[in-house]
Amino acid sequence: MNRPDPVAVDHSNEIGLYEKRKQVFPKQIDGTFRRLKWAIMAFCLLVYWGTPWIRWDRGPYAPDQAVLIDLAHRRFYMFNIEIWPQEFYFVAGLLIMAGIGLFLVTSAVGRAWCGYACPQTVWTDLFQHVDRFLDGDRNAQLRLAKAPWGPAKVARRVFKWSIYLLIAFLTGGAWIFYFADAPTLQHEFWTGQAAPVAYATVGVLTFTTFWLGGFMREQVCVYMCPWPRIQTAMLDEKSLLVTYKYWRGEPRGSVKKAEKNPDAFGDCVDCNQCVAVCPTGIDIREGTQVGCITCALCIDACDRVMGQVGRPRGLIDYTTLDDTARELRGEPHTPIRKTLFRPRTLIYFGIWAALGLGLLFMLGHRTRLDLSVAKDRNPEYVLLSSGSVRNGYTVKLRNMEDRPRKMEVTLDGLAAGSMYTDEMEATDASRKLTFEVPADETMRLRVYVTEKGPGAEGGDFSFNLRAMDKEGGTDTERTTFTTPD
Amino acid sequence: MADKRIDEATGTETMGHEWDGIEELNTPLPKWWLYTFYACIAFAIGYVVVYPAIPLINGGTPGIWGWTSRGQFDKEMKAEQAERAPILAALAKTPLDQLPNDPKLMRAAIEGGAAAFKVNCVQCHGAGAAGSKGYPNLNDDDWLWGGTIDQIDYTITHGVRQAADPESHMSQMPSFGKDGILTASQIDQVVTYVQTISGQQKPSAASQAGAAIFEQNCAVCHGADGKGNQTLGAPNLTDAIWLYGGDRKDLINTVTNAHYGQMPNWGGRLDPVTIKMLAAYVHSRGGGVASPAAAPAAADAAPAGEAQ
Ligand code: SF4
Ligand code: SF4
Repeated sequence: MNRPDPVAVDHSNEIGLYEKRKQVFPKQIDGTFRRLKWAIMAFCLLVYWGTPWIRWDRGPYAPDQAVLIDLAHRRFYMFNIEIWPQEFYFVAGLLIMAGIGLFLVTSAVGRAWCGYACPQTVWTDLFQHVDRFLDGDRNAQLRLAKAPWGPAKVARRVFKWSIYLLIAFLTGGAWIFYFADAPTLQHEFWTGQAAPVAYATVGVLTFTTFWLGGFMREQVCVYMCPWPRIQTAMLDEKSLLVTYKYWRGEPRGSVKKAEKNPDAFGDCVDCNQCVAVCPTGIDIREGTQVGCITCALCIDACDRVMGQVGRPRGLIDYTTLDDTARELRGEPHTPIRKTLFRPRTLIYFGIWAALGLGLLFMLGHRTRLDLSVAKDRNPEYVLLSSGSVRNGYTVKLRNMEDRPRKMEVTLDGLAAGSMYTDEMEATDASRKLTFEVPADETMRLRVYVTEKGPGAEGGDFSFNLRAMDKEGGTDTERTTFTTPD
Repeated sequence: MADKRIDEATGTETMGHEWDGIEELNTPLPKWWLYTFYACIAFAIGYVVVYPAIPLINGGTPGIWGWTSRGQFDKEMKAEQAERAPILAALAKTPLDQLPNDPKLMRAAIEGGAAAFKVNCVQCHGAGAAGSKGYPNLNDDDWLWGGTIDQIDYTITHGVRQAADPESHMSQMPSFGKDGILTASQIDQVVTYVQTISGQQKPSAASQAGAAIFEQNCAVCHGADGKGNQTLGAPNLTDAIWLYGGDRKDLINTVTNAHYGQMPNWGGRLDPVTIKMLAAYVHSRGGGVASPAAAPAAADAAPAGEAQ
């Protein structure tokens, strides 16, 4: 009989489930990728904070905000596109496009979303700049973190956290402007008249920004975020990844040691700069790992060191697994063109572009008026004293333009029929009614259709809708007329 | 029972007992689990103190917050009523015939009336207000006691044939056969006449004879032309709508035995605003007649009829 393996059940030598976090103090660095990161960060923040303030003249019947998610009136405005709830597939389509876009980017250049555009990354970066601005660079920050608590440190910390809070508040505060007219809401917000949900949203987002951006930082990327897990599935051996070329770097040795014994050492001078600049605090020389958000700051750092010691740059570089193998075999790299444009990326791009074109096509062909008809089921018909038969219908005329439109509803079929609404006299019944439908509204009518009796004949017929302005447009809805037999 | 000892395989203390060579290791619950458990106990005690919890013979412990589900219900009802108060007040203030001038208020009245109708009226008039034999269809254009919104309101308030309400609609058709006023053959003739004026039969000798009987016995209430009289609640006999059926058998039965349809006087049970809303709803069902002041032409078009 097998005895149980004592090592398997002995917990004493396992690493604890919860390791204490090692705080990260990334060092300031300048370089190609850092500049790219600056540019993208500036762009993202500008878009986030600026978008709600762009005005867009939509005339007197619709809000003049370029991008507005008007939940109260169930409209979504995006520049000259206006989306109604029943057109929500546009929004769904955009979301799917965003998802496939992420597949595309990830399969081509790895976790670029994580490294550059993810809000968690952008705001963490922002908060780290605040740290550097107030406390100094890495070493000063480390010193301050180790220093005992005293009035001076408390004051510095409180000051810094207030700055965090201010940024967090500006971040949380900006979100609500996407859901209401920004200038009005701004005024209401400060005068205490905004809706409670606005204050609650600002409160929640301020807190999460403060906490996630100011304190949790890389832990969100490593432990909380599901994206890295999903993105991993989209990477393959042809995706560009930040790679330390261990075959070139190892064994490591300082410049001095290498000078004494040039053949014994690789290119890495073990200066630790790549670790110092890493915002998630990992050592890329240990290989590709989950903590790496592919921000490429270590490339900037190492390239600078390589320049200083006069060795070729690219010890840490964007490389595919394929090229790693090729380089080890002494073959040339695959041309970048072939890396970026390969079947996988092209298929993603194809799907993405097809979706986009489909949405554009639908956008160009959607009608801005709509007719819908629901027949009364209870009662199915009403016998009138003259022997005529009357059926009731709920008719909805929808005007999706931001101006009032004249619409004409006609009866098609039901030769002996005429109709009137509950706001007209039965004696004014006719086969053609006109309505002025207000801008951006759905007009709900009760329409009574009467057929001369006795001997009224039932059957199918249609309501036809036609817009009477020069843009025109029609819609038809088929329904049925019920008679006693 | 063995003594407590350290299990050599795992290095863990045992609980000190064994069954058939199986020993239990002493692995206590995780701390977080225990604390959650204690927190639950604390919560439970708090709950029992604060909310009604322990059943006694009559009732139970009230809990120091004095919360009851009934109290909660009352509170929610009060809030709901407070929310509706302004609309109801406006409805109470506005005379019925002014309602259509305020489309928003009219909409509210119709919706409120629809709800009240579902509670009070569907038992007889049906969910779609289409009635059934003996119960008038409220969707058609045929009204026994008048189809203007005011007339509907009056009918709902005072009901039909309610002895307890002196203002109730009252009228009674004699049981011509049962009480021996007419003979069976006379009834047969008068029914033939009624079928003629309602377009179900061609004039004939029998209908000629029926006309004379009608003249003497029926015209007082139903009018010389048989078009009925809304003041008396006498149905229009010339149209296609029959409350108790329009074929020969039904008509003979009606003339022989008469009917005595009743409707409650809701004024005794519902408040005036609810009745107003009901009137607005019933009027909106498509059969309602415009008030004479608002549209005199339309009133002419409303034949006196049989419904309600
Ligand atoms: S290892 Fe390099 S690329 Fe990865 S997160 Fe750190 S600095 Fe960025
Ligand atoms: S920055 Fe480059 S040289 Fe310095 S330790 Fe990292 S890999 Fe080695």
